[in-house]
Amino acid sequence: MVKQGIVPDDLTKPFWDAANEGRLEIQNCSACNRLQNPPLAACSQCKSSDNLEWKVMSGKGKIYNYGVVYDCPVRLLQEDQPFNLVVITLDEDSGIQMYSHLPGTSVDDVPVGASVEVIFEKSANGQMIPEWQIVS
Amino acid sequence: MVTENAPASMYRTTEGLGVWEHKGKVAAVGIGHSPTTRRWDGTAENSMGANSIFALRQAIADAGVNPADIDGLVLDPVTTTGAHWPEGQEIPMDVVNHYNPTDDPLDGIAKLSVEWILKNMPELSNVKFTMYGPGCMSHAIVVAAQAVGEGRTHTCLVLKSWHNLEGRYNQAGISASDTVPGVFAMTPGRTLWGAPGSYGTALQFAEYCRKYGKSHDMMAPFMANSRRNGLLFPEGYWAQHRPEELTTEDYLNARWIAKPASLFDNDIPIMVSGAYLFTTAERAKDMKQKPVYIINHASSRGAQRSILPTLDEVEKETAETGRKIYEGAGITAADLSFENMYDGFSLFHQFHLEGLRFRGMQNGDALDFYQTDISIEGPDPVLPSGGNIGSGRSRFWMHTDCIQQIQGRAGARSIIGVKPEIGVSGGPMPMGGNFTVWSATPD
Repeated sequence: MVKQGIVPDDLTKPFWDAANEGRLEIQNCSACNRLQNPPLAACSQCKSSDNLEWKVMSGKGKIYNYGVVYDCPVRLLQEDQPFNLVVITLDEDSGIQMYSHLPGTSVDDVPVGASVEVIFEKSANGQMIPEWQIVS
Repeated sequence: MVTENAPASMYRTTEGLGVWEHKGKVAAVGIGHSPTTRRWDGTAENSMGANSIFALRQAIADAGVNPADIDGLVLDPVTTTGAHWPEGQEIPMDVVNHYNPTDDPLDGIAKLSVEWILKNMPELSNVKFTMYGPGCMSHAIVVAAQAVGEGRTHTCLVLKSWHNLEGRYNQAGISASDTVPGVFAMTPGRTLWGAPGSYGTALQFAEYCRKYGKSHDMMAPFMANSRRNGLLFPEGYWAQHRPEELTTEDYLNARWIAKPASLFDNDIPIMVSGAYLFTTAERAKDMKQKPVYIINHASSRGAQRSILPTLDEVEKETAETGRKIYEGAGITAADLSFENMYDGFSLFHQFHLEGLRFRGMQNGDALDFYQTDISIEGPDPVLPSGGNIGSGRSRFWMHTDCIQQIQGRAGARSIIGVKPEIGVSGGPMPMGGNFTVWSATPD
């Protein structure tokens, strides 16, 4: 599945730059010691933007939940229907979620709770995107 | 006249506010609906603006009020069902100029301003209070009720309109693009991951089923009941255009959209306008229709920690919403005759029901409750309006039904197993919405 290309904006550029270098980085408030994803202009807890940073993650996580997409609004993905769309939680903080198409896993055969690890896939414009695979 | 969005202070969003200070002092006295259509046919007569005028005039006539006595207008300026005017597509100026246009040619076609309404309804000659309640009718109702309660207006129209254009739902614009902004890869809603609109709700439902040992097929009685009630709603889309029952077999064989959400779990986008007339309880006494008193409004502004709300987050928010609804009305769950919470997506209606503790239910009970008698004939009517699954996506059938049930004007849809004295309606989402409590008496 080749996803739409990404045009990084100011808020998300560090995330995408890290992905191009094979790292998963998540926004963190150093004052609250609290991760947040998606990234925001300020910490959702203390509301300050002064202490936001990007923190490298281990790239380990769990499958939290999933659905199977049969009627996708995104044109580039329609030829791949049906496909898994999975929510991953990070081992560092189970409150932090990320999406995945879970490459390598059959449609609707997703083991909720299974361990996964991050990989990086090339999108339509070459920007690398974090994806996830089940740890065998 | 500059119309602004309602300030946050007009919404009752927290617990501990006590009984609403205007409880029973505001009443609904008029209802108006335009005809429904699936999509706009391009004519001036069937435009969203035309529907808006139709619904407003019907509400005024229903209430028997002189238009010159109306001094308030609250509406939602956003009218899209997910269809936006395509960039570069020529705007039909014959339609624009059929009415008195504003500076924006799409006004009255794909968006709606107070200015457009007032320019095209000269009979509203004394409107002094105007405000936007952006979101859906549930927002606008709350704003209008609070405004009447505060004395900013004494006779106020409330309007919600929808336009729907040609094309598949949410498939234009950024969905058709080869690239997306970086934030779209990481945010809820329409992302490069290809999530349909019902995906988030589908996941909450999947988690609900895993936790409580339930299954998608247990939704079938609710779905059949909703369509049945919808077919008894002559103002609705299915009753007007496709009077087809929805059987268990139909539901279970429907194609998936985002499994476990199927086609019928999504409410169908339509064109329609709905309007109400609110006034003070004092003025309502002398009007044509029996007043239906608003005894509380409450709002939910839940925020999830990350991309999608978890089941825990949803259940916490809906329980809090239930408590706010009862606290402000000075009632308990036992006082509810019926409920009309939002249902479009069907797979989250149980969250609203359980948050209300409707008929004593706790988290995880609703799908079993759906296997009992939830019909309009029984003592526990669930969604007697049929909701948006039963009549198409307006997000206002629930409010209309509450008013009509209490007035005794719900016709073939009238609930008979319980006396319709207090009903609750609202939405849209379990994590964010606005809710109104309607009563046959002011206290």
